[in-house]
Amino acid sequence: MKRRESTIEPMPISLSPPAPVMSPVHQGEATHCPYCALQCGMYVSGGIGEAAGGTLTITPRHDIPANAGGLCQKGWTAGELLTGGVRLTTPLARASRTSPLVPVSWEEALDRIAGAIRETQARHGADAVAVFGGGGLTNEKAYQLGKFARVALRTSQIDYNGRFCMSSAAAAANRAFGMDRGLPFPITDLAEADAVMMVGGNVAETMPPFLRHLNNALIVVDPRDTRTARQATLHLRVTPGTDLALALGLLHIAITEGYADQDYIAARTTGFPAVRESVAAWWPERVERITGVPVARMREAVHLLGGAGKAMILTGRGAEQHSKGVDTVTAFINLALALGLPGRAGSGYGCVTGQGNGQGGREHGQKADQLPGYRRIDDPAARAHVAGVWGVDPDELPGPGRSAYELLDALGTDGGAKALLVFGSNPVVSAPRASHVAGRLAALDLLVVSDFVLSETAAMADVVLPTTQWAEEHGTMTNLEGRVLLRRQAVAPPSGVRSDLAIISALAARLGHDEGFSADPGTVFDELRRASAGGVADYSGITYERIAAETGVFWPAPSQDHPGTPRPFLDRFPTPDGRARFLPVEHRPVAEEVDEDYPYYLTTGRVLAHYQSGAQTRRVAALNEAAPEPFVELHTDLAEHLGVASGDLVRVSSRRGFAEAVAKVGRGLRHDTVFMPFHWEGANRLTNPALDPVSRMPEFKVCAVNVERAGSQPSDRGEDA
Amino acid sequence: MKLVVIGNGMAGGRLADEVRARDKDIDMTVFGAETRRPYNRVLLSNVLAGTASPEQVRLPAQTEGVTTRLGVTVTAIDPESRTILTDDGGREPYDVLVLATGSEPVVPPIPGATRAIAFRTMDDCHRILQAAATATGAVVVGGGLLGVEAARGLAGRGMPVTLLHLAGHLMERQLDPEAGLVLGEALTGLGVTVRTGARVTAIHAHGVELATGEILASELVVLACGVRPLVSLARDAGLEVNRGVVVDDRMRTSDPAIYAIGECAQHDGTVYGLVAPAWEQAAVVADLITGADRAARYRGSRLVTRLKARSVELASMGEAHLTEDPAEAVEVVRFTHRARGIYRKLVIRNDRLVGAILLGDAPTVGTLTQLYDRGGQLPGDPAGLLFPGLEHATPADSPVRMPDSARVCECNNVTKGRIRACWEAGARDTAAVAAATRATTGCGSCRDAVEGIIGWLCEQEEEVRA
Repeated sequence: MKRRESTIEPMPISLSPPAPVMSPVHQGEATHCPYCALQCGMYVSGGIGEAAGGTLTITPRHDIPANAGGLCQKGWTAGELLTGGVRLTTPLARASRTSPLVPVSWEEALDRIAGAIRETQARHGADAVAVFGGGGLTNEKAYQLGKFARVALRTSQIDYNGRFCMSSAAAAANRAFGMDRGLPFPITDLAEADAVMMVGGNVAETMPPFLRHLNNALIVVDPRDTRTARQATLHLRVTPGTDLALALGLLHIAITEGYADQDYIAARTTGFPAVRESVAAWWPERVERITGVPVARMREAVHLLGGAGKAMILTGRGAEQHSKGVDTVTAFINLALALGLPGRAGSGYGCVTGQGNGQGGREHGQKADQLPGYRRIDDPAARAHVAGVWGVDPDELPGPGRSAYELLDALGTDGGAKALLVFGSNPVVSAPRASHVAGRLAALDLLVVSDFVLSETAAMADVVLPTTQWAEEHGTMTNLEGRVLLRRQAVAPPSGVRSDLAIISALAARLGHDEGFSADPGTVFDELRRASAGGVADYSGITYERIAAETGVFWPAPSQDHPGTPRPFLDRFPTPDGRARFLPVEHRPVAEEVDEDYPYYLTTGRVLAHYQSGAQTRRVAALNEAAPEPFVELHTDLAEHLGVASGDLVRVSSRRGFAEAVAKVGRGLRHDTVFMPFHWEGANRLTNPALDPVSRMPEFKVCAVNVERAGSQPSDRGEDA
Repeated sequence: MKLVVIGNGMAGGRLADEVRARDKDIDMTVFGAETRRPYNRVLLSNVLAGTASPEQVRLPAQTEGVTTRLGVTVTAIDPESRTILTDDGGREPYDVLVLATGSEPVVPPIPGATRAIAFRTMDDCHRILQAAATATGAVVVGGGLLGVEAARGLAGRGMPVTLLHLAGHLMERQLDPEAGLVLGEALTGLGVTVRTGARVTAIHAHGVELATGEILASELVVLACGVRPLVSLARDAGLEVNRGVVVDDRMRTSDPAIYAIGECAQHDGTVYGLVAPAWEQAAVVADLITGADRAARYRGSRLVTRLKARSVELASMGEAHLTEDPAEAVEVVRFTHRARGIYRKLVIRNDRLVGAILLGDAPTVGTLTQLYDRGGQLPGDPAGLLFPGLEHATPADSPVRMPDSARVCECNNVTKGRIRACWEAGARDTAAVAAATRATTGCGSCRDAVEGIIGWLCEQEEEVRA
């Protein structure tokens, strides 16, 4: 892996005189951070043109509860994305697969795309054109992309990178509660909890201001001593891929020690007896052998949760990105239900959504099986409603398509798509078994990427469309609480770029749809409100004006005089009988166990300075300085055994590929596990695309690898090239 | 195919589950001598101790597509006609038969033994608890795993308990003498009088008589003298029987249509008395008879024994008895602190953990169990495996000792050096440092450290002035 040279100027944010952090004075345009699902409020002031002096200042907002005046380094430096010289400002295209990308006009680029779409669909059918979206897109874009696929392209082949993030937690919450709203309570409720259990989440790196909301006992379940784990009251250092067994053991203990809340179970749930019987087979000593977590620590965790007046259980990708992610989350929801937590103020279960609009992005139809308002695409009533808003015959709407990895895996094959439009995603870095995915992309007749930087995926494209980004456009984002926020435009976009909405509008027009694809975010949002009306995620009562006045509105908000719903489960659960559902689940082994050839577990994750595939943050000088390159974290004893010291280049290989990165040796993780961050190309060449049977989530969080010094005998075990 | 399973305990019930998970269509009949639904026998001592209710140890009954015949005893197997006979006069043909008959408690051949209650089933458990309700004390005969759990459980109910054991130390199959001693002391502290080397010669209506002639008065006597595989059906059918029913790596008996699993089976000379091997065996048999994996074989199990007794943490695994033996490349690492009930022992051969005893709180028990299970390589210095605190010992991050390059605010990548530079430029409080460096504005957890550094710099300044 090459060390990336930074070619961008230092950020033009003034440090001196210091920005008055606590000042109540209006600091500029009130908007939100471009990165994670916390969607910290920030002011952007100054401008990027010469008239404005070329400086942009970012300061945190105090009126947004999620950050309440805090920002991490990613947020503070986000202005560099607006001013740096790495922006794409003209469409690019290549004449053939072997030709270089060269600037072309918008007309030429759009005509070429529309022509290729028509030709591909004429030869291979509507499903030969696919769309791949992203969880960072605004609600307006996510909605419009889904509509564009179903109405203009008439393809079933649309999915998005949120499949790789939130799908397991979403499926588990839907089947237990009848609703998937990440945190079904305001984030400020966390401060009231006497104990919080965080399973497979490292918020200290991924969304640092989140920690400001934690006041009391914190239990962290993680194979690594993450920054979050180091701040925990109790850290359960679980074997990768065994969180499900741990949850079953914790519930076993909770029941036998009398922590099950019988009154709550009787009044608010169904299905407890079957779950109680199923966990009778998961006594703690058995679970200890599978998870490596000592029985005594499990009991401590249950005592902390069960003895707390108010408690919360939260899951992150560490628990969810598995081929059994849905059942793992279900097992933790079962624990939460047995303790009587969900639907009580100050208590509950929640998942910590990752991407900026990871919540809204999973509600409005860029998912293969979904229509706006969190409706199912195979539900006739949902189809009729949405078709009505869209002015089409319900029978014309395609059915469910392939999930993200399956869609990518099929590209260029007989049954798969031949053309792909990518918006706001970088699957060459972020998809599992990434070398194979890159190979599938190369097999396409047409790859179109809309992005504001030349990401690794954009660099492979036939046509690249330069688009506007966060503070250059209006749009709504739904943060990890389910609070719909207004991300305002703060600066003018550079000349030459167009918004995704404008791109979709122009393509739709070329495909014969002059109407129905507005480029104006407000118009699109109003249509989204109508399309979502009556759905689980009902936005019909939410307007830009309300969001501005109320600093965010919690969905569902079915009418403009409805106050929004901060805590949707207080009185009843949105299931047919109003009760939450216990579901028995069983532990099963990881998809790929360690063996003699691949004797160590690989787990992947994030570092503070970078976001997702790093396409944005790797182009910010201060973040590159803080975390300049990928690394392999391994235990001191393993390093000793391998003859590796910190700073040495090591090669990590799996059945799917290999990656090289510098070693970071320490005692912060288990002896049998190595860790790699996935913000650079490399980690995902190794990961396993084994899918969860329900959510179709790949098993990002554990696979079997070998580790050796780079330059020693190269391993050749028939890996993917 | 018609599958008949004899035994509805933890092995037989598990087999039915495993088969059903692989094949929805196999015709399956399970015979169980006990009339109640399957329960988790592993947790019976918790019921005895009152830390679990009978309802809480009940296992899900496999009902879908399974004919379960509870309270029906199988009286004979006819391998020729592939038929079994039952005590209600029934006959049941089979294509494949699985024996999961389990074992029965050993009752020592001494006068009055029937006055005692052997501890084996849920019914036994209820009888013991019924007697305990009125008894003023209890004697438990047998200081193996089950006897120790029973004694601890009854003592936890507030009655004086005497634990009698024939061998020189408790749990001699799992523990070395010193560990047995430390365990005995731990139990003593919990209200159990432990007497080793004690031979019981008779059980009277109101007490237990020892070989020394001494009589220990007690209305409740519990027997935990081990178990014996139930093999009479197999033996009468002409199958090869040693201590248990002899099976090969497919868990097949000497008749290829008949398998045996669990405590009645003897594989490679070993009869396993724990549930984990029984479940591994059930999975192999289910693979073979459903055809899910015709290459499935059972190769023996690594044994990990975990005592389930409140306030006594004990794990024993593998060749825990071994002592230092350079000729055999056996290394032993030990740590003892009797006063605190702690005994930790690792047995190492060729850099692999081949045995261990962990008594008292052992934060690394999970790690060690997994190293033993997988035969993983140990580090050159295994001290960290006994004392995890050593692994994480880092010098305190006092502002004085911290180097200038140390990162104080992770969220905004601010070093101590930058804070110092900021202070030198005039910042005298956290807000000023935060405004200039953004330290403390992320997760907020470095606030104390930043305040500490500023305070220390200010103090130094005052000292210089003074």
